[in-house]
Amino acid sequence: MKPILEIKNISKSFRIQHERQPYLSLRDSLTSIFKPSTSTSEEFFALNDISFDVYPGESIGIIGKNGAGKSTLLKILSKITPPSSGRIISRGRIASLLEVGTGFHPELSGRENIFLNGSILGMKRKEIQAKFDEIVDFSGVEKFLDTPLKHYSSGMQLRLAFAVAAFLEPEVLVIDEVLAVGDAEFQKKCMGKMEEVSNSGRTILFVSHNMGAVKNLCKKGILLEKGKVKSIGDSSKVLDDYMIDFNMISEHKRKSIRSTCGRVTLKLPYWIDDKGNEVNSYTFGDNYTLRFEFTFHEKMKGINPGMAIVSKDGFRVFTSHLNDDFEFKMPESLEGNVIIDTRVNLPSLAPDTYQVLFGTNDDLNHVIIDANNEMEVKLKIEESNREKEATHGILWHTGTWEIV
Amino acid sequence: MEYEIKPKSKLTLGLNELWHYRELFYFFTWRDIKVKYKQTVLGFAWAVLQPLAMTLLLSISLGKIISNAGGITIPYPLFAMSGLIIWNIFASGLSSAGNSMVSNANIIKKIYFPRLIIPISSVLVSFFDFLMAFVVFIGMLIYYHTSILIGEFLIFLPMSVLVACIATFGLGSLLAALNIKYRDFRYIIPFLIQAMFFITPVIYPINVISNPLMRYLFAINPMYAPLELFKHPIIKNHLDMNLIMVSLFSSIVFFIFGLFYFRKTESYFADLA
Repeated sequence: MKPILEIKNISKSFRIQHERQPYLSLRDSLTSIFKPSTSTSEEFFALNDISFDVYPGESIGIIGKNGAGKSTLLKILSKITPPSSGRIISRGRIASLLEVGTGFHPELSGRENIFLNGSILGMKRKEIQAKFDEIVDFSGVEKFLDTPLKHYSSGMQLRLAFAVAAFLEPEVLVIDEVLAVGDAEFQKKCMGKMEEVSNSGRTILFVSHNMGAVKNLCKKGILLEKGKVKSIGDSSKVLDDYMIDFNMISEHKRKSIRSTCGRVTLKLPYWIDDKGNEVNSYTFGDNYTLRFEFTFHEKMKGINPGMAIVSKDGFRVFTSHLNDDFEFKMPESLEGNVIIDTRVNLPSLAPDTYQVLFGTNDDLNHVIIDANNEMEVKLKIEESNREKEATHGILWHTGTWEIV
Repeated sequence: MEYEIKPKSKLTLGLNELWHYRELFYFFTWRDIKVKYKQTVLGFAWAVLQPLAMTLLLSISLGKIISNAGGITIPYPLFAMSGLIIWNIFASGLSSAGNSMVSNANIIKKIYFPRLIIPISSVLVSFFDFLMAFVVFIGMLIYYHTSILIGEFLIFLPMSVLVACIATFGLGSLLAALNIKYRDFRYIIPFLIQAMFFITPVIYPINVISNPLMRYLFAINPMYAPLELFKHPIIKNHLDMNLIMVSLFSSIVFFIFGLFYFRKTESYFADLA
């Protein structure tokens, strides 16, 4: 079987100009003719020599940190921007969904927007007419079809937008994180639709930060890092590669993250045992403490660090914030180096790999540090002898049983 | 169907692709027309009211002076209206086409379709406005019992509108491509339109310019020919074919240059928008 997409040595570079506005003014261009430019420019590779093949019917999840080149790759595949070098051979109609509701106009009614958006996405008018009822039905906004879109709630706009996109029937569908929005019920509906699309034999390329979605939807994964393919293969394997192992962190230099306001720095949190020693492996049944090391560059009134454990499927097992603990007494102000520990109930987690999220809010509960913008951290809990038999579920729970 | 995505190499018009996406012309034009008059009380009447109000103001203020200086034999309101409705194809078309890439940046960055559709649709919107105003203009002809050279009118009318659209599109697509790279053009466009209004025989006849060399300079303006052609059967003046040819040539040059500059730069619009 011939691949439906052959991506061959694709690179995309931008020239970054220092000391210059992001877009040019005519004066800049005119003056630079007469005097040698003082600004230095630097070649930046958003994508660097990417090659892979996609076969018909495959669903591929593309993951990577912010800035790894995922969106650039999708833009090139969608023909929005040309590659700087390399080529892609495509043997099917590609439709891309880099945003839901592209071209939606607030002044037009729901009905009009279905037609406008559908045709921008590449559907023929007859196609839209034929599927119109289904689209409306899927979106659930039939009551407001003739109301201008600006009076819709954002949720309704989103549902309508996804409904149109869901009825696209290209051979290759390119999707960028459109599922990150909307309420849980609607997300479920969308995932269902996407699974249906992928089961119907169409090819899907899917970029997302939602590990669970990638794992459910995609059999194959591609991990991009700094514009290069870091790993490619079975999606669960690639997802594992994506997350930094806790075990590995201390081997690297522990990373510090500065808050958006610049007032606080947080070292990447780590686990310690009862004696205060850092631990690098986690066996089922061990109970450890998570340590946050803050440096306050100026006096701060309060701070609210938090952490969460997310299962491989993207399910949030629990979240713990400092201010959930009513016993905790926050000092008047914090300054300098401050260590905050939290004991979380690790023994209740069944052996598996989890993702750990970290963040910190300030006293007004604004997020000032979101560690997961910088890295994904995984926690692998190994099996111990006690629960040799496989467990089903996320929580380790054995009830007490008796015959009465 | 097999095709390749690769760095831009050769310059083509991409007519096949435009044909493939032909329905988008309809949808973009339809959207712009709808949106233009949405939430207005008077709706489509605005397409007519603007040239009408301008005609009224001109007739009150400069009408007499221009009629005397140019030897206009028909009622001045008719003269002004005939110029203004053709001029408005250019003025409103150029303004919306020139800004079209920037104002549709959100779409350009998210989806691919032949970019030419957008400025062409902008010109189609102003053509639609022309049709509305033209109906009123016919009404005015009847009201003033003005006799026209009907044969010439039927030939020159489509010619003049076509040339006006071609000139508008040529300059509009050039400005659209420049505007997305150099945002200065956002300020240049309104000024350009206003400046051209004064050097185009819209509200005055060309014979107020007595210097023959000067007339040639005026004729380099691509809008010169459409205006003269449209007005000729109504005012029954002498039509200087040399000047018309100069202007036609100029609009074709603008058309080709604008089209090619646009095609040459369009693949990078999404990076610049």
